[in-house]
Amino acid sequence: MDNHDDNETGIVLTEEQKRRRRARSIAIALSLGALVLLFYVVTIVKLGPGVLRHPPH
Amino acid sequence: MSLVSQSADLVRPGASVAPAEPSLAGVGDYIALLKPRVMSLVVFTALVGLMLAPGHLHPVIGFASLLCIAVGAGASGALNMWYDADIDAMMARTRNRPIPAGRITAGEAMGFGMTLAVGSVAVLGLVANWLAAALLAFTIFFYAVVYSVWLKRSTPQNIVIGGAAGAFPPMIGWAAATGAVSIESVTLFLIIFFWTPPHFWALALVKSDDYARAGIPMLPVVAGRAETRRQIAIYSALLAPLGVAPYLLGFAGAAYGVIAAVSGAAFLALALRLARLGDGPAGDKAAKALFGYSILYLFGLFAALLIENRLLALLGGAGA
Repeated sequence: MDNHDDNETGIVLTEEQKRRRRARSIAIALSLGALVLLFYVVTIVKLGPGVLRHPPH
Repeated sequence: MSLVSQSADLVRPGASVAPAEPSLAGVGDYIALLKPRVMSLVVFTALVGLMLAPGHLHPVIGFASLLCIAVGAGASGALNMWYDADIDAMMARTRNRPIPAGRITAGEAMGFGMTLAVGSVAVLGLVANWLAAALLAFTIFFYAVVYSVWLKRSTPQNIVIGGAAGAFPPMIGWAAATGAVSIESVTLFLIIFFWTPPHFWALALVKSDDYARAGIPMLPVVAGRAETRRQIAIYSALLAPLGVAPYLLGFAGAAYGVIAAVSGAAFLALALRLARLGDGPAGDKAAKALFGYSILYLFGLFAALLIENRLLALLGGAGA
């Protein structure tokens, strides 16, 4: 992983800052995953049972 | 949740601007911005509005609507903390909040709050209906702008008018289920609206030094403690019969009516005791007792509405 923060010219994160950034990143990932799941389920519910029925050819 | 602190132009004029440095904010700090305790009452009252509403709402749509209302309430909390960071730093009760404690910058909180506000309103509109979304948007605007920016620092009536923001959730829940505003949802709104002043003024009586230090014109600071106790008694006298209104209007049963009448009378009795005791340790104790009871009262009233409604629905279903 290319981390620009860790080179000598940029901002160097402390271990604590890295740990908290990782926790924030995981929280964002989980939130986005939950949103995807929610939108999927709501879509299925709003479209009703017909969503799985193929249109006649 | 950016790595580097936000630029100064996102910070409210007058607030201190921290130099840009890597963020030390933890996930818990962002959760604290959402005021989870306030959010829990919002979710509960919205749930009651949703469940009491006539007709059938799919549980998934109901859950998604509640989630949007919760996130919208959290967004208001974050925007309130963004604007109030300067006075929060002066009060013992609030100085450890994420912004005054320096764990989150004002700009980060504002960005977080705005993102959640726009997202929650848009999703509620798409999932439920646009009336509920409009009510949620108005609630966020009312709390963040009308209350936090305008009323809180300018008038002792701040929590009377601003209390409307906390009273909207059952109306939003009802609107999410029915697509309409009705006399029932307005009644639930009014109960919380008239509950808010005695609830907050009881706290303000105990914390008036804190509010005075921060320059917030709470009623005990501006009009005095005796006048505050008198106003608490007046609002409690209005609240007690209002609590029974759901029974009188026919959308709650006799069990609720009895619970509301008894608990409302107890509320009024505590308010009158507070007015009688005046200042001193006994008065402070009475104010704390009223504050604690007020939370129990509102929770109990809405829980009674919900439980009775579900029981009657079950019995009605079994009898059909």
